[in-house]
Amino acid sequence: MAIPVSYNIRNLKLRKGLTLMTALGIALTVTTAIFLMALLTGLKRAFVTSGDPLNVLVLRKGSEAELSGGFAAESLQTLRNLPGVAKDSHGDPTVSGEWVVVIVLPRKDGTGEVNVTVRGMMQTGLELRPRVKLVQGRWFTPGQREVVVSESIHKRFAQANVGDDMQFGKGPWQVVGIFDAGGSAYESEIWGDVNQMASDFDRQGGFSSAYLRATDPVAAEALKNRVSDDQRLKLDGMLETEYYAKQTRSGAPIKFVGLVVAVIMAIGSCFAAMNTMYAAVAYRAREIATLRVIGFSRPSILTSFMLESLLLALLGALVGIVLMLPFNGMTTGTSNAITFSEVVFSLRMTPGVVGAAIAFALIMGLFGGMAPAWHAARQNILNALRD
Amino acid sequence: MTLTGFVAKNAARNKRRSLLTVLSIAFSLLLLTFMMTIWRTFYLDQGTPESATRLITRHRVSLTFFLPGYYREKIRSIPGVVSVVPMTWFGGLYKDNRPENFFAQFATDPVEYLKVASDKTVPPDQAEAWLRDRAGAMVDVELAKRYGWKVGDRITLQGTIFPVNPELTIRAIYTMERPNRALYFHATYLEEAVPWFKGAAGFFFTHAASPDKVAPVSQAIDDMFHNSPQPTKTESEHAFQLGFIAMLGNVKAFILSICAAVVFAILLVSANTMAMSIRERTREVALLKTLGFTRKNVLSLFVGEAVVLSLFGGLLGILGAFGLIHAVTRSPASIGIPGGLKVTLPTMFVALAVAALVGFLSASLPAYKAARTNIVEGLRHVG
Repeated sequence: MAIPVSYNIRNLKLRKGLTLMTALGIALTVTTAIFLMALLTGLKRAFVTSGDPLNVLVLRKGSEAELSGGFAAESLQTLRNLPGVAKDSHGDPTVSGEWVVVIVLPRKDGTGEVNVTVRGMMQTGLELRPRVKLVQGRWFTPGQREVVVSESIHKRFAQANVGDDMQFGKGPWQVVGIFDAGGSAYESEIWGDVNQMASDFDRQGGFSSAYLRATDPVAAEALKNRVSDDQRLKLDGMLETEYYAKQTRSGAPIKFVGLVVAVIMAIGSCFAAMNTMYAAVAYRAREIATLRVIGFSRPSILTSFMLESLLLALLGALVGIVLMLPFNGMTTGTSNAITFSEVVFSLRMTPGVVGAAIAFALIMGLFGGMAPAWHAARQNILNALRD
Repeated sequence: MTLTGFVAKNAARNKRRSLLTVLSIAFSLLLLTFMMTIWRTFYLDQGTPESATRLITRHRVSLTFFLPGYYREKIRSIPGVVSVVPMTWFGGLYKDNRPENFFAQFATDPVEYLKVASDKTVPPDQAEAWLRDRAGAMVDVELAKRYGWKVGDRITLQGTIFPVNPELTIRAIYTMERPNRALYFHATYLEEAVPWFKGAAGFFFTHAASPDKVAPVSQAIDDMFHNSPQPTKTESEHAFQLGFIAMLGNVKAFILSICAAVVFAILLVSANTMAMSIRERTREVALLKTLGFTRKNVLSLFVGEAVVLSLFGGLLGILGAFGLIHAVTRSPASIGIPGGLKVTLPTMFVALAVAALVGFLSASLPAYKAARTNIVEGLRHVG
């Protein structure tokens, strides 16, 4: 027969101080782990949600990112006439030749300079990205020194309000609008007219990348292969989603350090939990012996103590999750390993992250409780009763 | 029996508990030492004496813009400049595009580069061989170890920024105090293969005559190109590296919060253990007092025990940190972690001080309570 769980709960309650301190220790470990996981989830999301499955990104062959190198303007004509390209609202092919450059802007709070991506695009570029919404002002006008900035750029950098002038390239650029990119990698960009940008950065006569919008996902796949296979073009086509999925590797340093930190803290907490559980077992030696005498079997004692350890860990996990709640949604940035520019993302405590944190705590509880529970179950009844 | 002996005996009384406490403190301090070492390398370390005299000049807008190659001679004409060498980030792939296989590659002028980078040690015959072979490369000893490269091996890099796949022969292997895991090859190779890159450079690496020349020289360089189409930004090598770290995000806050969480966690753990062991000894405390031990004696007994345990954990943790850092710097997954991480003496002292402080604080409250208990009640205590 199993010992009821309420026995364990009452026991934990009885030694409030000890329970709470151990749980808090586990909670701190859990908080650290959730923080790191939320960071990585947010970063991944920023990249995964960036791509549109209908968009095909075209780069010079061998190039890894939009930043590295470019191709001649003539190639764009060929791209425009490829079959499978969707027509825009004017009946023209939805193709945008773009220039991407990285500029350095000082942070508003004075904590240093950050590389920011500036994207010059054709008017159709906006139609290619239907998920990006204007929240303030208007879009840039072709042929004007006008830019629209993402909400996060607006928040994080000086001179990024509608009506302000931003200084980069060869002079001032007027900010005419602010857009919301829904947490995608565009969240870290400044957009303007491609021709204006190219002349400002002395890069006329070509593009660093081109975007084609396909009529449907099947056409997108075909378009991608057609671009890559065309020997004259010397270009590589890839789905925009694939391009961004590759960039998630920017999270590698965080992931590595995070893993080291979480594992070491978890081991430390395991020992602490073990200590508490051993004390609980020693404290209740006579009680355990009595339980055995009444007829509870060794396995049920073992299960009971394991359960108590898991409950302790669960309490820790809950406290940890609560401690972490205020950080949920916090925005931060890191450097994109491929483009060297900053990616902005928010910490995201998704159900998956919370689930993983609870599992993480339970593993600590399991390892911490195993030896003491075993010890409790193997105790000699007579000696314990006499003690 | 002396007081010290008593403390030691007490600490060893419940061996399992003491061991678990020590281990739990050890792991926390291991992490603390690790984080402090990263912090020191990032922010406190001023680098080698050579690096204090070096400057990096890049395009004002961003590192991704090239500078004209003729800037080199103009920079050289500035008083206080000893030598200047063009460098270009090649950013190629080796083997495949997995992040583990990524390492820094620079195209440079080998003749002058070896003069500027005087902190790299290269056997003279190897240096000579590298200078002579246009398709030769010089690699870091750690990098060579990772891929099993030897002098004379041929490797192919795949260009991503530049449309060329250089086929290089390893001619020299250098060692430096803190390995940077990089590869250097001839800029002329790149210029010949990529027509549009001819006469350009990614950034300039300048060696100033002395550390106090660094500020005026960097000012002079930036002033010189202020009104040109390609204005520059010059910083000391250290500032340049800090800029890269700043790009990783708010690393400072990140490290600090982890350290705070760790310290707080060990405080809890060790307070917990001390509270447990002191509560168990309530009767003993009363007995000690009847024997004539003062409150102060009792207090110092318990605090001493906690400090001994924590210090022991601290020592173990520091030892562990040596191992961890050794493993991390060799792990292929450690991209973004700077080479040359080393646990220094001051870091060790700080870790031990934290351990002692934690021991002291954790025992203070329960020990104070124990020292104040009424003798009669203490003797009656069942526990």
